[in-house]
Amino acid sequence: MARLQEHEGKALFKIAKMPIPQGAVAKTPAEARQIAEKIGKPVVIKVQIWAGGRGKAGGVKFADTPEEAEKIAATLLGATIKGLLVEAVLVEEKLDIAKEYYAGIIVNAQATARCPVVMFSTEGGMDIESVPADKIALMNVDVIRGFKIYDALNLANKVKVPSAHIAQVARLIFGLYETFKNYGARLIEINPMVITKDGKVLAGDCRISIDDSSVIRHPELGIKVARESGTSPTELDKIAWWVEEKDLRGTCYFAEMNNQINGECFGTIGYHGMGGGGAMLGVDGLNKQGLRVPDFADTSGNPPASKVYRAAKLVFSQPGIDGYMLGGFMAANQEQWHHAHGVVKALREELPKRPGFPVLLLLAGNKEKESLEILREGTKDLNARIRIYGGERVYDTVGLAAEMKEMVLEYKKERKG
Amino acid sequence: MAILLTKTTKVVVQGITGREGSMRAKFMRRLGTNVVAGVTPGRGGEEVDGIPVYNTVKDAVKNHGLFDVSVTFIPGTGLKDAVFEALDADIKWIVMPVERVPLYDILEMVAYGKQKGAMLLGPGSIGVNTPGIGALGWLGGSVEFANKHFVPGHVGVISRSGGQSGTLPYVIAQAGFGVSTVLHVGTEPVTGMSFSDVLPLFQDDPDTDAMAIFGEMGGSHEEEAAELVKSGKFTKPIIIYVSGAWAPAGMKFSHASAIVERGSGSTQDKITRLREAGIIVVDNPNEIPERLKELKKQGKLRVK
Repeated sequence: MARLQEHEGKALFKIAKMPIPQGAVAKTPAEARQIAEKIGKPVVIKVQIWAGGRGKAGGVKFADTPEEAEKIAATLLGATIKGLLVEAVLVEEKLDIAKEYYAGIIVNAQATARCPVVMFSTEGGMDIESVPADKIALMNVDVIRGFKIYDALNLANKVKVPSAHIAQVARLIFGLYETFKNYGARLIEINPMVITKDGKVLAGDCRISIDDSSVIRHPELGIKVARESGTSPTELDKIAWWVEEKDLRGTCYFAEMNNQINGECFGTIGYHGMGGGGAMLGVDGLNKQGLRVPDFADTSGNPPASKVYRAAKLVFSQPGIDGYMLGGFMAANQEQWHHAHGVVKALREELPKRPGFPVLLLLAGNKEKESLEILREGTKDLNARIRIYGGERVYDTVGLAAEMKEMVLEYKKERKG
Repeated sequence: MAILLTKTTKVVVQGITGREGSMRAKFMRRLGTNVVAGVTPGRGGEEVDGIPVYNTVKDAVKNHGLFDVSVTFIPGTGLKDAVFEALDADIKWIVMPVERVPLYDILEMVAYGKQKGAMLLGPGSIGVNTPGIGALGWLGGSVEFANKHFVPGHVGVISRSGGQSGTLPYVIAQAGFGVSTVLHVGTEPVTGMSFSDVLPLFQDDPDTDAMAIFGEMGGSHEEEAAELVKSGKFTKPIIIYVSGAWAPAGMKFSHASAIVERGSGSTQDKITRLREAGIIVVDNPNEIPERLKELKKQGKLRVK
């Protein structure tokens, strides 16, 4: 996932010469102690995970001495917070907070905007969604003109930042925009921006999501899976990204997901969709028949057969699946024979290990006749339940899901008996 | 639709010597599109399917005069430069069948396009197809497929999904109707044209009686279309499907634009707003043919 952890984000702030609290990352309790010793005053210890609301979840603790820092780090490291394993903590000087502000930048895709929006508020420390609109200063940025330091001053002025620290605040907002632009972020926030009792202004915490398509320009960020998701990437997600990264022809998208059925669940279908829109249609149909889909896979945009093959293998490598569906709920513009070849190769490797396995293949569109012929010829000697359909069923999500369910029930019964 | 494509619209293809560029240039040309020249730096003097190739857009202009359209087959990280080059050569209509474009690049090219008074379709759009006239991009797939399944008629089609922009004409033809123009707005998180930019073109198009639209969760295309209808700026009947009812928030579904964030862009919310505006929302796209038949009965849709 292209969301950075707090310490990674702060490292980027440092490059932009934005003030951050003194501190460092620890992966062991001993390291936490050493960092606290170096800081030489009370510290805060924060778990480094991809999740907001760490404080409420018990992931932010204070220590007065290096010994205490070591003890606390020992309890946090290796713990699971908000479902995520804590592998590192950030040890920082404890700030004497007088006031908390907020600064953030998002992209507004609406037809009337299509530009970055810089937001600033003197109500920091909470989710910006819960701040009243009249307490937030906003600016739509013309990217051709750019964002100037006096734009930042104007924003701070609008919500009446005291003149004692308005210049420092503006400098932080300006640095935030530079970071947003230079690293191709799609969202960036300083929350809270801390005003200390002795009048310093620092980035207390940060949130940065790098745009997936910009990751390629920033190998130094070490992002393993450039795909937005609410959870951290699984092993299969990582392999899928490797497939994508190595061959940019067409798309191989694969993500494991938590898909649950309301009511009785009759089986789990390894799902291989085609084209984002059509792929989504198919999941809807399967869910309505009480079939769970553990992954969202999509090969589209004219990928070569080798890429389709790898996607199909990923789908098959999920444990506990009771069937495989190639959900081509679209009359594709791309030549479909690449898909046919890729899928046949995967089926010829996977099905001999799974006698009677339910397989439903839907493929429609450009070169459909030839592609269906490849599927039929390539699978005719395999011992499995294989059904192959073309354009006449292209939107029959419900009917095809019902056939899938019927095959899954037969298959499960056969395996029990 | 004349504003997007006619028989005489002059087209240049940027990136014409690449795998996609050469294949799609041939496709466009065989479908009747007036592809006059191609551009690939360092490949000037070559030909692709009889189309002359130049090193720069300026070179192409010197030899052929101004172009009406550029279609760009350029890798995502290089697209911005190609689009700036086209805009600087006074091209006012750019079709971008390119995915994985860095977001800030998109913002810059969209802003520069606006400054230059140009229309930018995409990025991530497979293009436009007007049956009987031609295509920009690769919407329609192959000549054989496009000629068979993109039947001329009076339903305007817009889609947020590339695959579905080929599928709607297919099912519309099976139901005995035809399409006026088919357009894919593109899958990137920000696009140069939204539903609300495209609908007014269909409003003014005498060949279009009604719209069939494939929508998605995330973004604001559907909400903006609903506003346009509410304000009386679009008056033709619209039938729309919005996918992703089951999609969890915060997860991206292969399309960069299909992500539900910060409580906005959910399918349910879109459907509510569309219905409030009096737009016909279907639960499955296979209901679209039936709805078209109803419009025909009401005298709102011509068959041929």
